[in-house]
Amino acid sequence: MSERTGEHRHAITLTVNGVLREAAVPARRLLSDCLRHDLGLTGTHVGCEHGVCGACTVLLDGEPVRSCLTFAVTVDGHEITTVEGLAERGELSPVQRAFSECHGLQCGFCTPGFLCTVTAFLRDNRTPTDEEVLEAVSGNLCRCTGYQNIIKAVHRAAEIQAEESG
Amino acid sequence: MLRPDGTLKVTGEFAYSSDLWLDGMLWGATLRSPHPSAWIRSVDVGPALAMPGVFAVLTHEDVPGEKFYGLEHKDQPVLAIDQVRYQGEAVALVAADHPETARRAAAAIVVDYEVREAVVDARRAAFDPSCPPVHAHGNLVRHQPVRVGSTFDAPVVVTGEYEVGMQDQAFLGPESGLAVPGEDGGVDLYVATQWLHVDQDQVAPCLALPKEKVRLSLAGVGGAFGAREDLSMQIHASMLALRTGKPVKIVYGREESFFGHVHRHPARMRYEHGATADGRLVYVRAEIVLDGGAYCSSSPAVVGNAASLGVGPYEVGNVWIDAYGVYTNNPPCGAMRGFGAVQACYAYESQMDRLAEACGLSPVEVRIRNAVSQGSKLATGQIVDTPAPLADMLRELEAMPGPGEPSAARDLRSLPGGVAQTTHGEGVRRGVGYGVGIKNICFSEGFDDYSTARVRVELLGGEPHVLVHTAAAEVGQGLITIKAQIARTELGIDKVTIAPADTSVGSAGSSSASRQSYVTGGAVKATCEAVRERLDRMRAGHPELTLEELLELYGPVEETREYRHRPTTPMDPLTGQGDSHVQLALCVHRAVVDVDVELGLVKVVELAAVQDVGRILNPLALEGQIHGGTAQGLGLALMEEIQVRDGKVLNPSFTDYLIPTILDMPPMRLSILENPDPHAPYGLRGAGEPPTLSSTPAVAAAVRAATGLDLPRVPIRPEDIALVPAAG
Repeated sequence: MSERTGEHRHAITLTVNGVLREAAVPARRLLSDCLRHDLGLTGTHVGCEHGVCGACTVLLDGEPVRSCLTFAVTVDGHEITTVEGLAERGELSPVQRAFSECHGLQCGFCTPGFLCTVTAFLRDNRTPTDEEVLEAVSGNLCRCTGYQNIIKAVHRAAEIQAEESG
Repeated sequence: MLRPDGTLKVTGEFAYSSDLWLDGMLWGATLRSPHPSAWIRSVDVGPALAMPGVFAVLTHEDVPGEKFYGLEHKDQPVLAIDQVRYQGEAVALVAADHPETARRAAAAIVVDYEVREAVVDARRAAFDPSCPPVHAHGNLVRHQPVRVGSTFDAPVVVTGEYEVGMQDQAFLGPESGLAVPGEDGGVDLYVATQWLHVDQDQVAPCLALPKEKVRLSLAGVGGAFGAREDLSMQIHASMLALRTGKPVKIVYGREESFFGHVHRHPARMRYEHGATADGRLVYVRAEIVLDGGAYCSSSPAVVGNAASLGVGPYEVGNVWIDAYGVYTNNPPCGAMRGFGAVQACYAYESQMDRLAEACGLSPVEVRIRNAVSQGSKLATGQIVDTPAPLADMLRELEAMPGPGEPSAARDLRSLPGGVAQTTHGEGVRRGVGYGVGIKNICFSEGFDDYSTARVRVELLGGEPHVLVHTAAAEVGQGLITIKAQIARTELGIDKVTIAPADTSVGSAGSSSASRQSYVTGGAVKATCEAVRERLDRMRAGHPELTLEELLELYGPVEETREYRHRPTTPMDPLTGQGDSHVQLALCVHRAVVDVDVELGLVKVVELAAVQDVGRILNPLALEGQIHGGTAQGLGLALMEEIQVRDGKVLNPSFTDYLIPTILDMPPMRLSILENPDPHAPYGLRGAGEPPTLSSTPAVAAAVRAATGLDLPRVPIRPEDIALVPAAG
C-alpha cells in the first residue's frame, strides 16, 4: 500500500514462522498491521485494537504478546510465530487439534489468539490445574462458546502433548 | 462429527470478511455524526477530495437509487439527508488508496450542524404528546396490546418496575466486506452477514440495479448474535466501488462497530401480578416500553415477542399487556439473541420471585404451580400443541447437585473480584436463584419464513459425492456441520461438501430466531429426499447397477427445494390474539453466586440449565450454543451495558464495555431433554436463544437472595449493591 504521509520508513527483518521476512514500515506501524497488511498473514485477527480481546496474540521469541500493542520496528530481528506457524510439517499441533476436537471454537475469530496463548502456556506448564488454565487464558475474550469447551480443549491439548512426547 | 470449517479456523486460513484482499483495491471510510440530533446546514467535501490518494467522496446526493433502506420499514437513509437522528449516523463516504488516507479525508469533510433537542427518554417518546417527533410520522413504531379476560383483582398482588440496559452483541469480528465492480455494471459483494438475500433486497434498489446484478457471497463471519441482520457497510462499499470502478474494502474498527450496528432494546417495564393465596396466577398486567432508537430496524418484531411472551411460560386467565416500541434519538436497536423475549423474561421472572415470597412458596414451587404444559393456552390464545414439560424441567433442575459450600480457607481468586479483592471476604454472601424462559423459534406473525437448498449427487474421481448449496449464513453456530450431517444421513453417502453460501441459490432466510437447523435443516432434508427418490427410480430400472454405475449412466442428479414451516397468523392488533408462533422452546437456569455485599462485587459460582431441544442433532454444537447463550445472559445480568447519556455513547470500546471473560463464566451443568416436536424436521427445537433468556433472571435472583436487595435493573452494577442508601 502506498502512503502519502512522507513518513520515514524503517527496513525491518523478522523471522516469521521460521521464514526470514523483510518490510519497510513507518515507526508507528503496529505489528498486527505489519503481519496482516505488509506480510499478508491474515490469520492474526484484530478485534478491539487496544489490547483487551487478545485475538491478535502472537508469540514473540516464544512469548505471547498483543500484536496490536506492539510496534513492528521494536521487534526488528526477532522471531514471531503466528497461528499460521503452529502446525508442524503440515500436521496440526496438539493445541490446534484439541480446539478442533473439543469444539473449542464457534465463529473462530478469537481462536488464533487462544491458540498462541495456550501453545506458550502448555510449553511452560505441561500438567496444568483448572485454576492455572483459567488464569492462562483470562486475557483472551471469546463471545461464542461461554469458554466451557475452551477449558476442555486446553486440558485435552495437554493430554495429547503428553501422549506424543511420551 | 467435527466442524468442516474447524481445521481452517485453527490454522488461520479461514478468510473472514476483514481478511479479503485484492490488488489495487481501495479502502472506504465513513464520516459519522457526532450529534444525536441535528440539522445539517451544509456539507463541504472539497478538503477531502483535494487530498492525494482520495478517489471519491460521496454524500446522499450520490446515492444512485432509493435513498432509504430498512429491514421492516425503509426509514433509514443510506447517507444522512439534511438531518441526523443519532450519534454515529453515516453522513459521507470516502474511498482512498490507504485506510489512513481514507480516515483522514473523512475527518477533513466539513459538516455544518445545527444541533437540536434530542429525544432520549423512551417513555416520553411513547406517552408525551408534546415530545418532538423523531420522524415526521411520529414516535410510535408499534403498540401491541394483549387482552384476555376481565378479572384484575386478586388476594395477593405484587408489583414492580424493571429496567434492562442496552446490551451489545459484541461479536469479535467487526463489520467488514469487499465490493467489486462487475463488468456488467453490477457489483459483487463479499460480506459477513446473517441473511444474504435480505441484504440483496435492500442494497439493489439503493444502487438502482436489478437484484441479479447485486451478487452477494458470504465471507467469513466473526460472530453475529443479531447485529448483522441490519445492513452496515454493504451499500456504502458498493456505491464507492461503482463510482471508482475499483474494488473497495471497508473494515470498521471496534469503536466504529459500536456505532455501526443495532443493539438490544433497552426496556422499561411495569408489572402487576395477581394471584390466589396459594400462588396461582389470576392476572398479569404489564406495560413494556422498548427504546428502538432512531430507526425502525426490527423493532416491530421485538414488540411482538415482548407482547406475546410477556407473561412467560405460565398459565394465566387474565392478561392486560401493552408493549410499545418507540423512536428516540438514542442508538438504533434491533436484533439481538432472544429479542423482545429477553427483556420481558427478566421482568416476569423477577415478579415470580416476588410472588413466591408473598405467598411463602419457594421460587421453584411457585413456577411449578403456574407452569405451562402441552395443551396450555398462551396469553395470545395459542395452544401449546407440542411437549412443554416445564414443571418436570424445574424439578430436575432443583434436584441437580450444586457446587457445594465454599470452603473456610478460601483462595483469593475464588472470591468476588478475584485478585482485585481488597478485603478478606468478610462480606461475602451466597445466593441461589432460578430463571425460566420461553422463546419463539423461527419468524412469527404470518411471515413467509422459508429456506432453499440445492443438492447434487455426482461422481468425482469415480466416487459418489454430495454437494449441498444453500444461502444460509454460517455465523459460528455450526449450521455447516448440521447440513453435512443431514445430507450424509439422508443419502447414505460419505463424501459431502458444503458449497459457499451466496445469492446464486434461493433465500435461506436469516440466521436468527434459532431457526436455521429447523428451516435450512428442513430444506436440506427435503431436497435430499427428492434426490433419493430420483436415485430410487433410476435404481428401479437397473436393479443390478451400483450407485456409481447409475451415476455413470445417468449423470449427476440435482434437485432444489424450498422448505416452509407451518404457517402462523398475525397478532390481532387490539387483543393480541392469534397463533403467531411456529414453535416454542423452554430453558430453565439455576444460578449460584457469591456476592461481596460491601464491595458490590459478584462472582457466579455455578450455572445449571435444563433445556428441551426436541432432538439432539449434534451434541457438541448444541452444548456450545447453550454455554454461549448462557454467558451472554450472565453478561446482561452483571456487566454488559452500552451507557448512553443525552443520546451519546460513553463506552464504545472493550475497555469500557465489559463482556464476560473465562474468569467471569463459571462451570456449567447441563441436562438436555429430547421431547420431539412432531411438526419439525427430526422433531428438533431451535436452541440458540432460550438459554440467553433464563440465565439473566437466574443470576439476578441469586444476587437478590444473597443481598436481600430489590435490584430492579440489569445489569446489576457494584453501586446497586454496595451504595444502597440504608432503609428508613
